[in-house]
Amino acid sequence: MKKHLILRVVSKLLIPLIILYGLYVQFHGDFGAGGGFQAGVIIAVSVILYALIFGMDAAQEAVPPWLIKIGTASGVIVFAGVGFITMLMGGNFLDYDVLHPDLAHRAGQHMGILWVEIGVLLTVTSVMIAVFYAFAGRVPDMSDEEW
Amino acid sequence: MEQDLTQYLDYVLIAMMFAVGIAVVRMRNLFAAVMLTGVYSLLSAAWFVSLDAVDVAFTEAAVGAGIGTVLMLAAMLLTAREAKETSPGRHWAALGVVVVAGGALLFAVPDMPVYGDAHSPANSGVGLDYLNETPNDIAVPNVVTAVLASYRGYDTMGETTVVFAAAVAVMLMLGMGRRRRRTGGNGAGKAKVEDQT
Amino acid sequence: MFELLSERFIYIPIIILLMTGLYVVVATGNLVKRLVGLSLFQTSVCLMYIAIGKVFGGTPPILADTHGEDAGHGPDPAASVVAGHRASDDHAEIATDTGAHAADTVATAHEPVAAAAAEHGVQLVEHATELAHHAAIYSNPLPHVLILTAIVVGVATLAVGLALVVRIQEAYGSIEDDDLNSADYAVETGGAE
Repeated sequence: MKKHLILRVVSKLLIPLIILYGLYVQFHGDFGAGGGFQAGVIIAVSVILYALIFGMDAAQEAVPPWLIKIGTASGVIVFAGVGFITMLMGGNFLDYDVLHPDLAHRAGQHMGILWVEIGVLLTVTSVMIAVFYAFAGRVPDMSDEEW
Repeated sequence: MEQDLTQYLDYVLIAMMFAVGIAVVRMRNLFAAVMLTGVYSLLSAAWFVSLDAVDVAFTEAAVGAGIGTVLMLAAMLLTAREAKETSPGRHWAALGVVVVAGGALLFAVPDMPVYGDAHSPANSGVGLDYLNETPNDIAVPNVVTAVLASYRGYDTMGETTVVFAAAVAVMLMLGMGRRRRRTGGNGAGKAKVEDQT
Repeated sequence: MFELLSERFIYIPIIILLMTGLYVVVATGNLVKRLVGLSLFQTSVCLMYIAIGKVFGGTPPILADTHGEDAGHGPDPAASVVAGHRASDDHAEIATDTGAHAADTVATAHEPVAAAAAEHGVQLVEHATELAHHAAIYSNPLPHVLILTAIVVGVATLAVGLALVVRIQEAYGSIEDDDLNSADYAVETGGAE
């Protein structure tokens, strides 16, 4: 992978911006188009781009598979955990209103949606990266001539 | 019936999607077929925007055209790059299936809700309630997020679990994190080595 | 019949797109291409759902006026929507009354004029109901939510399908279903292997 100088430079510039955009989509999802699903995919795409340009070894060094395995499960746990916390605080499962006493501005709903979306983000990001690792880990490194 | 001017844009998009669909049917080169699927996803994302579904368009463009294409390319690299010619009999059988199924669906079209009608049963039910109640109940501007995360939180939790289960299935089938150096040998031999581990 | 179909015209190309995907699934023996066809089919199903939720003149279901500095202090958008509905309902009633009244008064004099006046009243009513919906029109958010998650789940299941195909390739050395059938047949009859 000594070639592709332009690709490497451009992707190095782009990857932080892609992650930043993913975070914008995540936390602006209440106000405009976006949310955990889309943001998760966008952040996963940044890792996939890194793996495509710099190779799988570099990508797995940056984002190790054990972290991904934890991430896939922890997203679901965060989501369900919000539900159990609302139950502990006296509400129904996933009834966010009990999370915060400020009912006039629905602060509890905002908190609940924020945490639930973070759970979705974790799971979707990790799952997309995990699936990509699973497939790309089987593909032997290709020489350019094969294309 | 009042109609948007965007309908002409819709017709252009539909025509392009027809062209892409027929190209996929005729294509035997898998690389071309997979890339055309990405094009199809992008075209449908454009149409989703025209149908006011910006969140869906966003997801389709990122997931369908991005991740889906990457995954299918990876699977194609691991398997074959060219589909075999199918027999004419099979084409006729497929045509029969398509004509019967399509005829049944077309038969049902007069029972569908009127396109673009705000009073159709599909649009006057719970969807309208979500629109009217979201500012009071949830107080976030994006109704789609409100329904997704709060009103239908169970639903989304189930979907997240399904996505998680799919990842577990893929990891079980293909393994993960073990970067294997290719030292020669064909695919079948490697699979046996895998099975023993 | 023509009107029945013309109002639902948009479903017909979607059904044809659906059938294109189904044709690919049935007509090819290559498993990767079958999954390609399946994803075309799935995208078309999503299109059908979203098309049902479309409202003419509507905007994406992102409520106006609750975001920015005015949030919390400005008028409650739901209240204004409901108020808009009520106001124009009243408007509609008045229009109906006027129309009917006009019809009554003129009915004795000239029949055709009365009919015209009544028609005018009806037009007023229609105009008023239209106004009611101009207060705030959003497309139906419910199909959007369902399809948004369906797309993500769809790509996850597509990944499972592709993983199965990869394992089939590793076990059989082929992903054409003719080859798979003949290999299975050979194992069952104890012939080739």
